[in-house]
Amino acid sequence: MRLNTRQIVLLVYLAFLLLPIYWLVNMSFKTTEEILGGFSLVPDHFTIANYTMIFTDKSWYMGYINSIKYVVLNTVISLSVALPAAYAFSRFRFLGDKHMFFWLLTNRMSPPAVFLLPFFNFYQTVGLFDTHIAVALAHCLFNVPLAVWILEGFMSGIPREIDETAFIDGYSFPRFFFTIFIPLVKAGIGVTAFFCFMFSWVELLLARTLTTVNAKPIAATMTRTISAAGMDWGGLAAAGVLTMIPGAIVIWFVRNYMAKGFALGRV
Amino acid sequence: MEKWDNNKAWFLVLPVFFVVAFSAIIPLMTVVNYSVQDILAPGQGIFVGPEWYREVLHDPRLHEAFLRQLIFSFTVLAIEVPLGIGVALTLPSKGWGVSACLVILALPLLIPWNVVGTIWVVFSRPDIGLSGVTLNSILNIAYNYTADPVDSWLTVVVMDIWHWTPLVILLCYAGLQAIPEAYYQAAKIDGASRLAVFRYIQLPKMRGVLMIAILLRFMDSFMIYTEPFVLTGGGPGNSTTFLSQFLTKMAIGQFDLGPAAAFSLIYFLVILLFSYIFYTVITNLGKGVAK
Repeated sequence: MRLNTRQIVLLVYLAFLLLPIYWLVNMSFKTTEEILGGFSLVPDHFTIANYTMIFTDKSWYMGYINSIKYVVLNTVISLSVALPAAYAFSRFRFLGDKHMFFWLLTNRMSPPAVFLLPFFNFYQTVGLFDTHIAVALAHCLFNVPLAVWILEGFMSGIPREIDETAFIDGYSFPRFFFTIFIPLVKAGIGVTAFFCFMFSWVELLLARTLTTVNAKPIAATMTRTISAAGMDWGGLAAAGVLTMIPGAIVIWFVRNYMAKGFALGRV
Repeated sequence: MEKWDNNKAWFLVLPVFFVVAFSAIIPLMTVVNYSVQDILAPGQGIFVGPEWYREVLHDPRLHEAFLRQLIFSFTVLAIEVPLGIGVALTLPSKGWGVSACLVILALPLLIPWNVVGTIWVVFSRPDIGLSGVTLNSILNIAYNYTADPVDSWLTVVVMDIWHWTPLVILLCYAGLQAIPEAYYQAAKIDGASRLAVFRYIQLPKMRGVLMIAILLRFMDSFMIYTEPFVLTGGGPGNSTTFLSQFLTKMAIGQFDLGPAAAFSLIYFLVILLFSYIFYTVITNLGKGVAK
């Protein structure tokens, strides 16, 4: 009997979780007239017009391409600078290591709103405004520290005897790092990539401020649905549904390591 | 095992240092620069010293926003943490259900923050939303989150619970998974009740991950911006204007560079204090595990 109450609690919670998502999906298959005209739990006139509208309008689908571009750029930059640093933090004691590590964390914890204005001025001054690389670099603010922290957690779980043995066997540092060490922390790298992807994908404030036309993210494009003719609710819902898909795909691959990543590699 | 002493390790850290310096130190210095000047036009500023700090610290609107922020952060923590523990305890421990639950639970975390706002707009609007229509027409409760401050505040809280409780659940679940089966068997032999198992085995073992969950949630809720911005725009009135909203309005909306910069630095120092507590907790946690 106890098992049953447990299952009921879980089901009620999952229902609470899925209801708003269901409503969005439901709306994305309705025309705007039907949404405003009446209230129904399933679409009466099932239509995919909202999706065709997005996939045929360049200004819509470019939003997705822009978002994916800077997210991938950011993940690559974050991982490539964080890997050697995380190795250094997990293996060596050096001057100012603890302070450096703490300083990195403060960047993850600082509100993006604080950096909004300086970023805006700074990227305009150096001529990177409205480019993908500007958003990717801005997102490094919170993703690089996060990547270092998670990777350090995973790397500390690998015994140091492996390094020692490799060096005694005459491996040079780069050869050891790329051929032995990186394959060992594969899971950690995967999870870190997932987290960089995730936080860059969901962030809007900086991405919106640093772009106007050429690199405008999809999340900002969505504000376009407010037009003179009123809200295009159907289009908005369809665009929302499409932003959930990349996330849902990547979750599947890291589902078993996800919690460890959220605990910054320290469970 | 002891770490090796080697200052050459700095070379491995240098790339990170440069990237973060580029994206954090330079902008922060600009903020410091702005905060002590009165900017009349681009490139034309007068040094005013600590005047903006004095003005911002005595601004009653800031005090209100700060208070609102604290109430909000503590409310969501007080609901999300017990709820997260509760749901984590009900999750299955093996079988296909685990993967299915984990994927569904993580879904809200991967939705762009403004889409989270949009989802709740279309979900709770009194004319087209599922919950809006249900509350108004079927349950006959007058509910309108765009006009009523209480409704709007409650909607933001429920939205945050919807959005972030999965994080607490996932962390607690990871903590629970780490408990060896032998502990439960020992409890069974001793005839421990369900409550005793929770109090003396599960809760202590979850302590570490719970600390991380609480601190992460506290800090992230402390800088919440996008979701309430989309849902309520900080209104009606100022009922859902939290610190980040307040700051963004000041910096972008009114272009009060000086006060906005001074406020940014105060905000940053508050966060720095919390980060320090977080850091101390988490590093001590690592030592506890190593023993």
